[in-house]
Amino acid sequence: MAENPFGGDRPDEEAPPEPRAAETLDPATLLSRSDNLRRRQLVSRFVTASQTASALLAVAVLCTVVYSVASRGASVLSLDFLTKNPPEIGHPGGGIAPALVGTGVLIAMATAIAAPMGILVALYLTEFAGRRSQPALRLAIDLLNGLPSIIVGLFVFGLLVVGHHQSGFAAAFALSIVILPLIARATQEVLLLVPSSLREAADALGVSHWRTVLGVVLPTASGGILTATILAVARAAGETAPLLLTSTIFAPGVSLNPFSHEGLSSIPFYIFTASEEADRFGFARAWGAAFVLLMFILLANIGGRAISRRSMVSR
Amino acid sequence: MSVGTRFAGPAASGARSRGRAADRIGDGVLRGLCLIASALAVLAIGAIVYQVAHGASPAISRFGLSFLTHSTWQPNFERFGAGVLLYGTAVTSFATLLLAVPIGVSIALYLSMVAPQRLRGVIGPLVEMLAAIPTVILGFWGILVFGPFLQAHVEPFLHSAFGFLPIFGGAQTTGTGLFNATLILTIMVVPIIASISRDLFLTVPQELKDGATALGATRWEVIRGVVIPSAASGVVAATFLALGRALGEAIAVTQVIGAGNAIHTSLFKTGDTLASRIADQFPSAITKLHIGSLFYLGLILLVIELVANIGAQFIGRRFDVGRGLAQ
Repeated sequence: MAENPFGGDRPDEEAPPEPRAAETLDPATLLSRSDNLRRRQLVSRFVTASQTASALLAVAVLCTVVYSVASRGASVLSLDFLTKNPPEIGHPGGGIAPALVGTGVLIAMATAIAAPMGILVALYLTEFAGRRSQPALRLAIDLLNGLPSIIVGLFVFGLLVVGHHQSGFAAAFALSIVILPLIARATQEVLLLVPSSLREAADALGVSHWRTVLGVVLPTASGGILTATILAVARAAGETAPLLLTSTIFAPGVSLNPFSHEGLSSIPFYIFTASEEADRFGFARAWGAAFVLLMFILLANIGGRAISRRSMVSR
Repeated sequence: MSVGTRFAGPAASGARSRGRAADRIGDGVLRGLCLIASALAVLAIGAIVYQVAHGASPAISRFGLSFLTHSTWQPNFERFGAGVLLYGTAVTSFATLLLAVPIGVSIALYLSMVAPQRLRGVIGPLVEMLAAIPTVILGFWGILVFGPFLQAHVEPFLHSAFGFLPIFGGAQTTGTGLFNATLILTIMVVPIIASISRDLFLTVPQELKDGATALGATRWEVIRGVVIPSAASGVVAATFLALGRALGEAIAVTQVIGAGNAIHTSLFKTGDTLASRIADQFPSAITKLHIGSLFYLGLILLVIELVANIGAQFIGRRFDVGRGLAQ
């Protein structure tokens, strides 16, 4: 008799309802294998197998996507591809230089806005916020994090584009809103891991608060903050929706100026437009662009994780 | 500065007070900067709600709440209604959760209880890396690789095996549609559910699991009786966060859903969602009412998102689920 103590199994024929109390049974029967036990172990093994299968499925999907992109994109890759302008629709050859440069400018700007802001917000959360303001601010950051990037795009469109014009700055600003909560949240996690003994040592030496923060807390957490920033850069590099509303009209050539009267070209937007046009040369270039973007993002992820694992304070 | 000033004579007292003043200023400046940054982050939410509502005002004053129930969307005739899009959003999000929650929780259980320690360090990051793939690449892959595969193999099979269910209608000429969008969204949200749930399952005290095992529970019974109940509210919160992601994804869905304008029961036919309609039509929208209507879609989406996210924070308040999205 093996009445399951966890309510996991429905009682069936083998477990008659009368002898519920174990003391009415000979203890030896509890130790002998019953059909019910075999069934429970079978169920358990089946569930374990399906869990393993789920994990393998996820890894398989990752491999499939990466392989699809690599097998189609790697052959397109060449120096010309990285340094030339795209040709007109329907023509082969050409490259993605404007998109590559544009994405570089956009993520540099977005990070320049979001990283200091995010670190300051995280510092406020861990160093200054009171018992009441801390949960409120954390909720705000989490809400910001949960907002779809297309909504952020609408916001920036209404704020900076309506009545003015598209610009690389508007796009970078939108990207910075998308990654600000990522940096703030991850930095906060790292700051919480800074050993309190370090702070206490600084306090005991009479060091003022701001010097403790700048001289002890931030340097100790720098590895984790760097990781957070790298992951945020990777996220910003692939973000498309905000660009769709802020930076879709641009000159055909390479542009470095985010404040001109036009937007900046970008890799995600390039892939998006190519996917909407039935042009097989465009598809080929888009696969190449996707390969470049995906490699950048995967390497940034691997690198970021490696840094956080090596640094003293890791997530 | 104040270090070592204890032995300073009267001559050094000027320097000391200057040091103190500098410290006061430094403390104030740092505190002020942090406060400003935090205030801006909080204000941003209000500003976003305001801007989206403001942008939607032409459409709100024209259509009012009937916008939600009307299902015609004809920009040329200035007629807009969100009915089809609400349906498409609901179907894709619901179907996504139906697939993603069991798979995500299974992966989380595998990573927290089943996998050998060495494999956890490999498979965990790989699953998280799935979340790092840009949605535009996932969508591009969805059109050119995954869609044709679904259309040629999966959809005919599902139709022949489960064709009696109206959701599995006849295969279409292309692989784009609600089904493809659902699967792409599933790929996107499974890592979210998996990584948040794994962190929650790892916090379940080992003594509870050991106790259950000592009472003779199999691994599955430990999971069902101990692990899942003690982390259940966190898993529900993770599901809400995943729902938020699925509802709000614009790019990949636009690419694979086919921008349909009618309500179909078959998942293999085209449809559209709130977010994907914005991404699809915004760059080409010209009239004030068209842009306003797209903003109106954004406003509906924003309200749903805020509810889902606040719900997630409230349900999961025992756990810190918000950090899961930030990884």
